[in-house]
Amino acid sequence: MPIHNPREEYGKVLLELARGNSKIFALDADLCKSTMTCMIEEELPDQYIEMGIAEQNMLSVAAGLSLTGKIPFVNSFAVFLTGRAFDQIRQAICLSSLNVKIIGSSAGFSDFGDGSTHQTVEDISIMRSIPNMAVIAPCDAFQLRATVKAMVDHEGPVYMRYSRNNMVSLTLENDNFEIGKVYTMREGNDITVFAIGIMVEKALNVAKKLKNQGISVRVVNVPTIKPLNRDAIIELSKDTGKVLTTEEHSIIGGLGSSIAEVLRNERVYIEFHGVNDEYGQSSNELQPLLKHYGLTEDMLETKIVEILNK
Amino acid sequence: MKDYKELAIKAYQIRKNILVSIGSGHKGHFGGSFSVAEIMAALYFNKMRHDPKNPGMEDRDRCIISKGHAAPALYAALAEAGYFPKSELMNLKNLGSILQGHPDMLKTPGVEANTGSLGQGLSIGCGMAIGLKNSQLSARVYVVLGDGEHGEGQVWEAGLFAPARKLDNIVAIIDRNNIQAMGSICERMDTGDLASKWEALGWHTIEIDGHNVRQIVEALDEAETVKKQPTAIIAITIKGKGVSFTENTAAYHNNSMTPELYEKALAELEGRIVELNKDY
Repeated sequence: MPIHNPREEYGKVLLELARGNSKIFALDADLCKSTMTCMIEEELPDQYIEMGIAEQNMLSVAAGLSLTGKIPFVNSFAVFLTGRAFDQIRQAICLSSLNVKIIGSSAGFSDFGDGSTHQTVEDISIMRSIPNMAVIAPCDAFQLRATVKAMVDHEGPVYMRYSRNNMVSLTLENDNFEIGKVYTMREGNDITVFAIGIMVEKALNVAKKLKNQGISVRVVNVPTIKPLNRDAIIELSKDTGKVLTTEEHSIIGGLGSSIAEVLRNERVYIEFHGVNDEYGQSSNELQPLLKHYGLTEDMLETKIVEILNK
Repeated sequence: MKDYKELAIKAYQIRKNILVSIGSGHKGHFGGSFSVAEIMAALYFNKMRHDPKNPGMEDRDRCIISKGHAAPALYAALAEAGYFPKSELMNLKNLGSILQGHPDMLKTPGVEANTGSLGQGLSIGCGMAIGLKNSQLSARVYVVLGDGEHGEGQVWEAGLFAPARKLDNIVAIIDRNNIQAMGSICERMDTGDLASKWEALGWHTIEIDGHNVRQIVEALDEAETVKKQPTAIIAITIKGKGVSFTENTAAYHNNSMTPELYEKALAELEGRIVELNKDY
């Protein structure tokens, strides 16, 4: 299957959109070669603002910009945007539903080398707790492109988090994407697996493998964690009666919690798979790190079988 | 209005509006609101191009009260200017009121940004300044900051940023009243010589008597002539200025008045307005 780098695709799609829309601005806090907004700086310097290492100022400046009719895309590592500038996001941007797009680059453990201070498994939890904020985690580079386009058309604050590293492309270049929709990637009737980000591919691989053992796994991609499509989630859970959620995020407050909130009145067995309330660490390669935190196909398979044996 | 007498009187009208809105028996930020009354008068009744009947006018000058707890001063000026009926002032902080404890841009006509969490207003103003320039509008942005507020790191982030981006359409007005919530700034968290700090950051810096309307207007006029550099006006003020027992004390940073004290304050303010009318 084709592989693409989501960071590269992000820079490209933002540049394409900015070329056609002078209201789009890219703001960056001294990480443009990492977030790829350097592409905008290079070609459209008037639509790029270097903010220096000052995330709080960056978010508030974005708020001010949006109040003059611009569409600011604010960029940094997910951990810094959502952590250092939480108050600014809450008070200036979300409280008044300002049209600011917040892009959490290198989310999860994807910045494997820099270690725990540069990784985050709390960002989805933090962002979705803010009223008026939409939270999106695309499953691959093509869906990321579609997300960015949808963000421009969406009026209001949106947070998108995604991985730094190459991802297998599960969707196609012109596939439909709408904020708020869930996408069944594979049908099945023994168990429903809700997945986001890098875990979608893993869930699909596990589903394929388990088919040979006579187990039928439905895999659903939930790129929009907030607003969560309540009706679809319930519908996709009721017939199997068994749900596993999986995310490159803490099991506290992320996808799993969102799904459980929606299913709390339904007669469904639900289990979470994700990071167990702990910090990341450094690793010279991504795979050993993911393995250490159990974000693997093996672990997913084990969990699915466990649930089905209950 | 270029008439300094009228502006001086307006400042006391604003103080009266502040008093009436907080009322007696309820806590309110008298101190930090009274100290910016002349600044608000100069902005809303002399310097700013704005239209109370058209708060969304694209090319309007913007005023952000970064020291959001001075909301009563902002509301007092907005009411005086006609953004909403003066009768609304009595509803300050009531459940459902258009006048929240700290400025809420969705709830009150004329409020440009949500402030209250200190240190953020100047940044928001910088974003507006950039957007306005980009849209080729000549509108200017005025941000009122507290001196205690300088403890917030974000103030310095914006302080570095505006000169670096050569934003000459933004003015920071610092309410230098030397008192914060828990007491004297010199004693509790000395911010030192603010004028030299803003100067060092790269702002064109002017130091004035923040209760002298002529000096305020002249400083604002001067700011308009400065190119490629933002202007910081350090306005030396007295916290609680205008009412004898609220002056120069942290006690009225956020406090309530008994009905007796309220009447005393009202009498003092009304008396001052009468005097000012005679003075000129």
